[in-house]
Amino acid sequence: MPDTPAKKLTKKDFTSDQEVRWCPGCGDYAILAAVQKALPTMGVARENTVFISGIGCSSRFPYYMNTYGFHTIHGRAPALATGLKLSNPDLDVWIITGDGDGLSIGGNHLLHVLRRNVDVQLLMFNNRIYGLTKGQYSPTSLLGQRSPSTPMGSLDYPVVPTLFALGAGAPFVARAIDTSIKTLGSVLVEAREHRGASFVEILQNCPVFNDGTWTGVTARDVASDTQLWAEHGKPLLFGKEKNKGLRVVGGEIEVVQVGEGGVPESEVTVHDETNRSLAFLLAQLYVPDFPMVFGVLYREPRHAYDAAVVAQNEQAVAKNGLGDMNALLNSGHTWTVD
Amino acid sequence: MDTPVSDKSPNAEDREILDSVVIRFAGDSGDGMQLAGTQFTQATAVAGNDLATFPDFPAEIRAPAGTTFGVSGFQIHFASHDVLTPGDAPDVLVAMNPAALKVNLADVPRGGLVIINTGAFTRGNLKKAGYEVDPLTDDTLAPYRVLKADITKLTTAAVAHLDIGSKSAARTKNVWTLGLLFWMFDRSREPTVEWLKAKFAKKPELAEANIAALNAGHVYGQMAELPQNVGTYKVPKAVLAKGTYRNITGNEALAWGLAAGGRLAGLPVMFGSYPITPASSVLHSLAKLKHFGVTTFQAEDEIAAVCAAVGASFGGALGATASSGPGIALKGEAIGLAIMTELPLVIFDVQRAGPSTGMPTKTEQSDLFQAIWGRNGDAPMCVLAPATPGECFHYAIEACRIATKYMTPVMVLSDGFIANGASPWKIPNFDELKPFPVTFHADTEGFHPYMRDDETLARVWPKPGTPGLEHRIGGLEKNYDSGHISYDPKNHQKMTDVRADKIMRIAQDMPEQAVELGNDSGTMAVVSWGSTFGSVNQGVQRARAKGLDVSHIHVRQMWPMPRNLGDLLRNFDKVLVPELNNGQLCRVLRAEYLVPAEPLDKVEGQPFKVAEVLDGIEAALNA
Repeated sequence: MPDTPAKKLTKKDFTSDQEVRWCPGCGDYAILAAVQKALPTMGVARENTVFISGIGCSSRFPYYMNTYGFHTIHGRAPALATGLKLSNPDLDVWIITGDGDGLSIGGNHLLHVLRRNVDVQLLMFNNRIYGLTKGQYSPTSLLGQRSPSTPMGSLDYPVVPTLFALGAGAPFVARAIDTSIKTLGSVLVEAREHRGASFVEILQNCPVFNDGTWTGVTARDVASDTQLWAEHGKPLLFGKEKNKGLRVVGGEIEVVQVGEGGVPESEVTVHDETNRSLAFLLAQLYVPDFPMVFGVLYREPRHAYDAAVVAQNEQAVAKNGLGDMNALLNSGHTWTVD
Repeated sequence: MDTPVSDKSPNAEDREILDSVVIRFAGDSGDGMQLAGTQFTQATAVAGNDLATFPDFPAEIRAPAGTTFGVSGFQIHFASHDVLTPGDAPDVLVAMNPAALKVNLADVPRGGLVIINTGAFTRGNLKKAGYEVDPLTDDTLAPYRVLKADITKLTTAAVAHLDIGSKSAARTKNVWTLGLLFWMFDRSREPTVEWLKAKFAKKPELAEANIAALNAGHVYGQMAELPQNVGTYKVPKAVLAKGTYRNITGNEALAWGLAAGGRLAGLPVMFGSYPITPASSVLHSLAKLKHFGVTTFQAEDEIAAVCAAVGASFGGALGATASSGPGIALKGEAIGLAIMTELPLVIFDVQRAGPSTGMPTKTEQSDLFQAIWGRNGDAPMCVLAPATPGECFHYAIEACRIATKYMTPVMVLSDGFIANGASPWKIPNFDELKPFPVTFHADTEGFHPYMRDDETLARVWPKPGTPGLEHRIGGLEKNYDSGHISYDPKNHQKMTDVRADKIMRIAQDMPEQAVELGNDSGTMAVVSWGSTFGSVNQGVQRARAKGLDVSHIHVRQMWPMPRNLGDLLRNFDKVLVPELNNGQLCRVLRAEYLVPAEPLDKVEGQPFKVAEVLDGIEAALNA
């Protein structure tokens, strides 16, 4: 379907008449604003846009979008989205999920929607906690997280969403931050442009149950040292003066001082978003030892599943002609009683 | 076998005329018994008999050879009259090894014919079957007529001139046996020969070997000096309604019915499924029908399979899924979502013996409660139950019609017996089936997603991609008048009522309950549902022949039940409900209609025998 709508749409066109009901200060507000702002810049048509969610705070998202939307059941949004894309591959489908919805109850479906490469954008709001059920630890909670279900601290190791996505074979893996609306917007544009499954982890703050979980990364005063925004073809530099960089040596990654007293910029590894091994290295970096890497970590053009299914269906019609029901019923061995 | 209609001697072919015959092929799972059975079925159909079959195979793909749990069976009942069941007891048992004899002999009535492959009665096989003494040497077989032949050796000799190796040679012994039975029952070899040629088109030497074995078995019947009490038989043609027939299994009929239903609705079908016994072949059949507008999706699990179907229906296709009991349990939440969001969805439940994993390859009817009520919340759904493989086609289409007309999931309850069993099916003319084209909502004026049709109470179906109809739906309760989320107490009552009312109205759109056999009032109604149709009908028929005042009522609309069913049942003093579970329909009837329904239950993983139904009727009448 054409991507160019008849009239130029604005953020308001994508805002539904429903009152937004997240807690005051929730990072979801910022993400909603970023999405509503970014969509008009992509030239999408509202009627061809569908937001599908599972269950959780983040999954209320579709109600606030003036597009088609489906608030489904816990963890299953990727499966519903897959069926939707198979029924109508022309729709532009966005999946909204959280760390609990996507990586716990829906881990299986997340794995498969990514490896199949269904042409969807999947936004995972990662606040490292269960919000809607009132504060239990989640699969991305740090070891030792105290919560109503883990009063003495959680004992299981967290999953790194971007590593999971890369491991599942996702052809597009990116990372962004809730309150950084501009950078988030540009990541969303890239995600939508990618044909196939686009996975975007969005660091999101839950002010009620896990306030400040990302402050060490997102706070303005530390941001330049804790965030590295990767750009394809450019050296992996960070720091206020861009005087720090990442260097891959012998399969290991290290932080190097660049320029005076350090290594020349040419020694800094240049980001190559088509290099899956590099993406794995970048995905696992966490503060304080490293900066967290944002932007597009990995991108690989690949044939989308839904398009391939349509092509196979068309191939069957081309080969056999449009199915004749009476011919089918009378196929094989039959006999006549006079 | 029934009593011979005429004596052996006078007719030209010197064949004993029989009214009906039941043959059971039994052997190791690697012995090719299913193949022999299927080919005998085709030949029998061509010979003009009515028939019913019951394949009964082990769960193990390749169970250890020679063991009793590795025995695979195929029973066929064919007759010169209507055949409703695969038969209670085999008149002829083919036992390809000691284990097959051990497992099946008890079912053969006294005087029945037992054909034995003595070549497999080695010391090792006897031990594996649990025989301490060779049953060929003691009086185990005394009550039966016995035809012993070293089929292994005879087959090997018959194909010795072909250089196919001893292993392949021995493998053709099922076809040799088939040849013998073709001779015995006067069946044409031609269809099997053609089939073998096609099957082994790329390995002509194997085709040749199998044909040689088939002919050798046939010649053996003609030439060998068979025991006096083993004869040749003829079962005259059955009188079937005019038309073109084919054999069809229930799963095939479900798959074709779904494709047909999509056509009649004017919608593409999106079938999401996950492999599970005994439902998988529905997926296999549909995967071949891509050119019929059917998309198949093998999902990562049962939940994803149904969710994909719901997603497809949201997108304007006809979403469908299939599974068996354990898979349906997993799908429950998503079925509830389709009920709540009022989206069409077609679900096939091919029941098997449960609970839990149960006995996957064995039949049972124990998912009725799960089908009608097995979801959280008050989540009403239409449930249909075909009685025969052929009816699966019709009810799959009905499911599509109701699902799209009422915007609701519809479940078709089949079972392992119908799924795998074949029966002759008069092929319908697709052009004579009434289309039920779907119209998507297009009017933006005053639109909200839960606007309803006054008569059916179905909500509108707006299709994503339509400008001006952008809307959001979900599993949360919604306001009756706007479709927005609502926690209002009175509204929840109203929405719960309207969802229930909508489903109950489907009863107005379906036939009234008919009486299959007997009067519509009297001493006893025998009420059955699903695949037990044949045995229950025969049981009632025999009871009536004995002068008992019994009628047969067979329910196919499990929810909502036919609108006259309660009144009909109240016309009888007693209601007996035979079913392959622990009394599920019986409880539904008692709960819905306050009738004194009594159960006649069986949960052995096997269909009812006619005699069991008859005994049950007599016991209940005398109680």
